[in-house]
Amino acid sequence: MFMSDILTINIKQLNRTGLLLSLSLLLPIGAYAETAEQKGLAIAQEIERRDTGWGDQTASLRMVLRNRHGQESTRRIRSKTLEVIGDGDKAISIFDSPRDIKGTAFLSYTHALKPDDQWLYLPALKRIKRISSNNKSGPFMGSEFSYEDLSSQEVEKYTYKYLRDETINGRDNFVVERKPQYKHSGYTRLISWVDKEMYQPVKIEFYDRKKTLLKTLQINEHKQYEGKYWRPSHMRMDNHLTKKSTDLYWENYRFNTGLSARNFDRNSLKRTR
Amino acid sequence: MHQNTATTRYANWVIRHPWISILCSLALVAAAASGARFLAFKTDYRVFFSADNPQLLAFEALEATYTKNDNVMFILAPKNGDAFSADTLNAVKTLTEKAWQTPYSIRVDSLSNFQHTEAVEDDLMVYDLVDEDLNLDDAARQKIRDIALAEPILLNRLVPDRAHVTGVNITVQLPGEAITEVPEIVAFARSVAAELKTQYPNIDIYLSGMVFMNNAFSEASQSDMQSLVPISFAVMLVTLGLMIRGFTGTAVTLMVILFSILAGMGMGGHLGFPITPPSASAPTIILTIAIANCVHILVTLLHEMRAGREKKEALVESLRINMQPVFLASITTAIGFLSMNFSEVPPFQHLGNMVAFGVLASFILSVLFLPAAISLLPMRVRQVANDDSHLMHRFGDFVVRQRRPLMWGMMGVVVVLVASVPRNELNDVFVHYFDETVTFRKDADFMTDNLTGLYNIEYSLDSGEPGGISQPEFLHDVAAFTQWFRDQPETIHVISLTDIMSRLNKNMHGDNSDWYRLPAERNLAAQYLLLYEMSLPYGLDLNNQINVEKSSTRFTATIETMSSNELLALEKRAAQWLKANASHIVNPEGSGTSLMFAHIGKRNIISMLMGTTLALIGISFILMLALRSVKIGLISMIPNLVPAAMGFGLWGLLVGQVGLGLSIVAGMTLGIVVDDTVHFLSKYLRARRERGLDAEEAVRYAFRSVGMALFTTSVVLIAGFLVLSLSSFELNSGMGLLTSIVIAFALMADFLLLPPLLMLLDKKPYTTADKSNNSDDAGEDTKEQSHVHV
Repeated sequence: MFMSDILTINIKQLNRTGLLLSLSLLLPIGAYAETAEQKGLAIAQEIERRDTGWGDQTASLRMVLRNRHGQESTRRIRSKTLEVIGDGDKAISIFDSPRDIKGTAFLSYTHALKPDDQWLYLPALKRIKRISSNNKSGPFMGSEFSYEDLSSQEVEKYTYKYLRDETINGRDNFVVERKPQYKHSGYTRLISWVDKEMYQPVKIEFYDRKKTLLKTLQINEHKQYEGKYWRPSHMRMDNHLTKKSTDLYWENYRFNTGLSARNFDRNSLKRTR
Repeated sequence: MHQNTATTRYANWVIRHPWISILCSLALVAAAASGARFLAFKTDYRVFFSADNPQLLAFEALEATYTKNDNVMFILAPKNGDAFSADTLNAVKTLTEKAWQTPYSIRVDSLSNFQHTEAVEDDLMVYDLVDEDLNLDDAARQKIRDIALAEPILLNRLVPDRAHVTGVNITVQLPGEAITEVPEIVAFARSVAAELKTQYPNIDIYLSGMVFMNNAFSEASQSDMQSLVPISFAVMLVTLGLMIRGFTGTAVTLMVILFSILAGMGMGGHLGFPITPPSASAPTIILTIAIANCVHILVTLLHEMRAGREKKEALVESLRINMQPVFLASITTAIGFLSMNFSEVPPFQHLGNMVAFGVLASFILSVLFLPAAISLLPMRVRQVANDDSHLMHRFGDFVVRQRRPLMWGMMGVVVVLVASVPRNELNDVFVHYFDETVTFRKDADFMTDNLTGLYNIEYSLDSGEPGGISQPEFLHDVAAFTQWFRDQPETIHVISLTDIMSRLNKNMHGDNSDWYRLPAERNLAAQYLLLYEMSLPYGLDLNNQINVEKSSTRFTATIETMSSNELLALEKRAAQWLKANASHIVNPEGSGTSLMFAHIGKRNIISMLMGTTLALIGISFILMLALRSVKIGLISMIPNLVPAAMGFGLWGLLVGQVGLGLSIVAGMTLGIVVDDTVHFLSKYLRARRERGLDAEEAVRYAFRSVGMALFTTSVVLIAGFLVLSLSSFELNSGMGLLTSIVIAFALMADFLLLPPLLMLLDKKPYTTADKSNNSDDAGEDTKEQSHVHV
């Protein structure tokens, strides 16, 4: 899960989608009567469709935190993700730095509407702790990314509304509004700019509970892997309220490395190096 | 005299070209007043600190490292006195939900969303203390109560041990871009409070916090402007009615005053000054001082007309006699107010500059607009049976006869009062800037009496290395410091990372309370923290307590409301303790709003001493030049300096505490009290030089010619500044009261001390070599004197 498929929406409901599509084809004015909501959903489903089938993925990540004062701090993480059809992805994140949390591993099973399952392995305690909390809207490792920004983006997590087309840097985008369905979300809505060619978001605005613009995420330097899957090399989140920011630099994406569900069970956490 | 001939020519020109003069005046006023459109009420306590104030810079650095800590505090006071009743807990839950809608909010803390941690087997349960699905039966409420009252983060911050009230704290991050930000939050909070009140009629709600304090500054300014300015105008109308006894004079004076205020405030707008409680008192002060200028000119005018002179002729004569003293008085008053530019506190600089402009405008208007307007308007003079000067005549005689006892008596009074000056101690309680009529003060008092404090000292405790907050040695020092602070009698509450660390350690060991202690290993502490951070919801994270590098942590001690002296002493004690006992904390330094206000009083006094000294030198120099006598100039310093010293002495005897507002009084009053001296000495010297009178007779002459005018203008000034003492803002009311006292002492010094001094030190006869040049003046003075004798 985690970050790797930020907004790479893995709809696990191809059947239902198929049904929806065929139903709309049966209607006499089909495409013409498409509402903004239907178009938004269709875009989300297309993003999902194009990003299905990669099986598993590994990547490494550098996270740079910056406060209003300009002070910086860097964390390094490796991530492994297993694509799960029919539910949210499974992911393990291994923290390599700072030194005092080296070897800490975080396992999560993402779910669309119910709270995710999460475990953390603490090498200093040599124990796995399950984190039981409804509220996963808090910051991830003190960064401007919250857990919900980074977990896999199932189609059912939101309702959608297509807003308009817009050109950014000479590239055409859909602008889609999403509203979280998750009760404990920190947001009231998100606005995504989805590149029409890649079917990948390139910019997202996050509106907080009081409906004001809280953060903007820029997703940059996409590269295509396996001739199919687009992944960004850089993401930058700016918090407009606190003026803090976080950069994420992604490297060494690998797909279909042969990981299986066994690599993502609780016991695998302790073995992770 | 050369100058008088020039003045006479000028006066004649004005009266021949009244419309041009009026248009010129109006054009000047309009140009200055057009700046009024830039004036706005400032709603940020930070306006009291200059951009380079070291405490402000330290505090801003702390806020940039963590988060800002401007806040709104809702205090819920259930009538049944139970913060843990189902009704109150539901209200807290409702309020917590709504609080997230507060403009610019970044965090909401309450009993209900407190992130309670608990160990269940190998799980770390993290949940809202008052979970939304929770059935609030007796058992559940008892559990919530037990947890809350044992939790150092909550106890005495959001719930007191009596558990009769509870708080909901909203942290806001003001972008500081628009002046509407604070009022916006205040309006929202008040509407939420009103809504909650209808939903839960058995709960009283109070609103406090920094945002409400900020708002109180602007509300105080506005209410001062709305209530005090009309009162000042009423006082002025009464005074003018009594002294001038005529419609035209009063109406023209009213216009001069109005225009002076517009010009002064407008220039403030041009210079980009905001309206703050201190600068909101500028209109009242300008009004008070502008009256004096008009009164001097009108009194002479009426005097001349009563003596049978035609109006225009009388106008010329009044300008001739008054031009120099009115000019001198205005320039010295302006210098006194300009000395406030040395203040550490920008609102005082704004006040000083606005008043200085207003005073200069009032000078121009009273010698340009006033004569021109009066020359166009009808003016009748009622014959007065008994001239007031008769009284002054007798008083002058009394002073001359009793000069020795008066001088020694006055000296004695001065010595006693001056000896009491050191009884004053610097004592600022910034919450008490607002008196009990201000809602914020009432609510803040309620909060400090029932829940928690409004004062705090903050530290950014630095471990000196990235990730160092997990070092056991560092945590040990922080925990010891936390304990030390908790042991201080003034301390109400301490927020420290070590509480969270100890709690997590306990949770990680199956909630065994033996493990409520700091983790013994760095990696363990770091990993606990990571685990905890991964579990926290939106807006309840640790970013307000830990910096991005995890090298330092914020430490906040909430303390009782206390004076700046006590606060500085506490800070010093803490610094000494840290130095002696916390070697793993790098350069800790206290910071925060309370300390900023505590420091600024002292800093302001030091800077104002400098400003006042320079103003004194400047004013004395001008007096020597204008009076053309070094000796008289030096003598004049006594009645100029003594009143402020006497005023502070009396204050020391009666009150004994000086705050920020009083630290500007010496410089400010200097310019005002000089006026009396100027008027008295210029008449005295005229008598000595032009009429060859000896000191005794010259004193009598001065009393006869300006005694009454000085008395009445002093009464006007005292009344005007007493109006300020009605302000709900302590900086203004204290300043107004002390200024009134100083002006009263100035009158005393000019009437009872200066004349004996002159008679003692200025015995040598003056050479009246240029007497022939002044025959004209002398002749007129004779007339003046003869009227006085009527």
